[in-house]
Amino acid sequence: MEEPSKIVIKNLTKVFYKKESRVTALDRMTTTIKDGEFVCLVGPSGCGKTTLLRILAGLEKASTGSYQIVPSGKDRPLQSMVFQEKGVIPWLTVKENVAFGLKMRKLPKSIIQERTDYYLKKTGLNESASLYPKELSGGMKQRVSIARAFANDPEILLMDEPFAALDEQNKFILQEELLAIWTETKKTVLFITHSIDEALLLADRILLMSAQPGKIASEIQVHLPRPRTMEQVRADQGAAAAFMEIRKHLQDEVQASRE
Amino acid sequence: MKKTAVRFDPFKVEQEEWKRQQRKERYKKALTICSPIFVLLLWEFLSRTALIDPRFFPPPFEILKTFLAMGMSGELFSHIWISLYRIFAGFLLGVIPGVIIGLLMGLYSPVRHFISPLVMALMPIPTLALLPLIIILFGIGDMSKVVTIAGSVFFPVVINTAAGVLNIDAIYLDVAKNYGAGSKEYFFKIALPGSLPVMLEGIQMGQAIALLTIVAAEMMGATSGIGYLIWTSYKAFLLKEMFVGLILISFFGYLFSLGLRMLQKKLIPWR
Ligand SMILES: Nc1ncnc2c1ncn2[C@@H]1O[C@H](COP(=O)(O)OP(=O)(O)O)[C@@H](O)[C@H]1O
Ligand SMILES: [Mg+2]
Repeated sequence: MEEPSKIVIKNLTKVFYKKESRVTALDRMTTTIKDGEFVCLVGPSGCGKTTLLRILAGLEKASTGSYQIVPSGKDRPLQSMVFQEKGVIPWLTVKENVAFGLKMRKLPKSIIQERTDYYLKKTGLNESASLYPKELSGGMKQRVSIARAFANDPEILLMDEPFAALDEQNKFILQEELLAIWTETKKTVLFITHSIDEALLLADRILLMSAQPGKIASEIQVHLPRPRTMEQVRADQGAAAAFMEIRKHLQDEVQASRE
Repeated sequence: MKKTAVRFDPFKVEQEEWKRQQRKERYKKALTICSPIFVLLLWEFLSRTALIDPRFFPPPFEILKTFLAMGMSGELFSHIWISLYRIFAGFLLGVIPGVIIGLLMGLYSPVRHFISPLVMALMPIPTLALLPLIIILFGIGDMSKVVTIAGSVFFPVVINTAAGVLNIDAIYLDVAKNYGAGSKEYFFKIALPGSLPVMLEGIQMGQAIALLTIVAAEMMGATSGIGYLIWTSYKAFLLKEMFVGLILISFFGYLFSLGLRMLQKKLIPWR
């Protein structure tokens, strides 16, 4: 059975125009992401991944082309972004941070309370609910960011290298936690990473981008059964082949952009 | 070689270390308290032994006696009250518009572009230089002093408040926008708390300027207040009385700084 489309991107182009420079960050990018799909976006740095996400997040306007996030008809915001750990607001407590989106939407207090508590518990933050972010480790801050996005119950989730700044151990733990929450909510996720391993662990499908100007070069379906572990990813023949393919793609792109 | 058990108990070792740290902290605190006392004692000694001229620098103990005597008469306190009133009124009259205009400048770039040249052009003019004009406009009473102080306090507050808003990391704007904050929520959840640390630095500066200004303003055109007391005592060569006035100002400055620091701790617990 084919899932319906959730994100439809058509000929999306973004040019940054300044006095001395014009950069084509995205060049007629076209792709479709299905409902409930976990998609990882991989590409050489500077290829426009962040730009794409910021456009979908409503933080940047496309120059031409269009995109649509298909609403489900429920009272949900279209998208929420998991920012890097810096995106946790320092003057709000952990709990206030997690409730931020819900408060902005002026939902009833009881619902805010309930959903905030649920995701605080899910991310293991209920003990730290009344702390300020300065008292948290990097991993804990990232949990706040994730809890805030999930508590907002958006149509789609956007994540821009959320674990890039974490150490290996924390990264593994958070990847696992993210997968657990995702399995439960079945949200559509668009996740940027530069770690091939991370993409293979998380994604249903990996989109490979070409170097600047960015567009989709190719895509890889990840057929590993869920729930997945890193051990499985490492042991799987198909995953190993995919790893090499992505690696080669990235090297070729970097090589090509140097010439 | 004999090793004693106590020496290698890690808790004992750390406990010793901790105690040493505590002692160090106490020592530093003691230094802070001692330094003014030390200077006063030194002054007392130098003045009593006439190593410095006691006519110009009367011993602190004599100044204290003068203070008590002046306090008895009650006149001193009326000077203190009137100055405190002027400081507070002028401070508030400078801080409140400073904060409001500063926030508007930080939030709305047209406001900023319109007002900042005015601020830059007016700031270098010492308000005290305008005092004669202010006295013509507002009279010799309290109002002219209040306006002078307000004028001096306004600038550091407005500049710091605007800078406080502008220095908020862009990522918090993104978060607010992404999570659908309206302009009212943005103001109360992001702009105001985010600018508070830098704003309070400006208010702290304003407080110091208010004290500097009151003395000068009361020396130049007033018939009451601590500055007036200092000026008339000086003219009558009553240097002990003059020092009472000076020390009072320094005492209040210390007190206000302390108060604002405490307020700072209360208002920005997340720092
Ligand atoms: N605000 C901006 N102004 C000008 N150029 C920008 C801006 N944001 C991104 N760019 C440029 O667009 C290109 C893509 O950037 P980005 O989307 O951040 O890449 P990625 O996230 O894939 O590393 C880069 O060349 C970058 O310099
Ligand atoms: Mg990026």
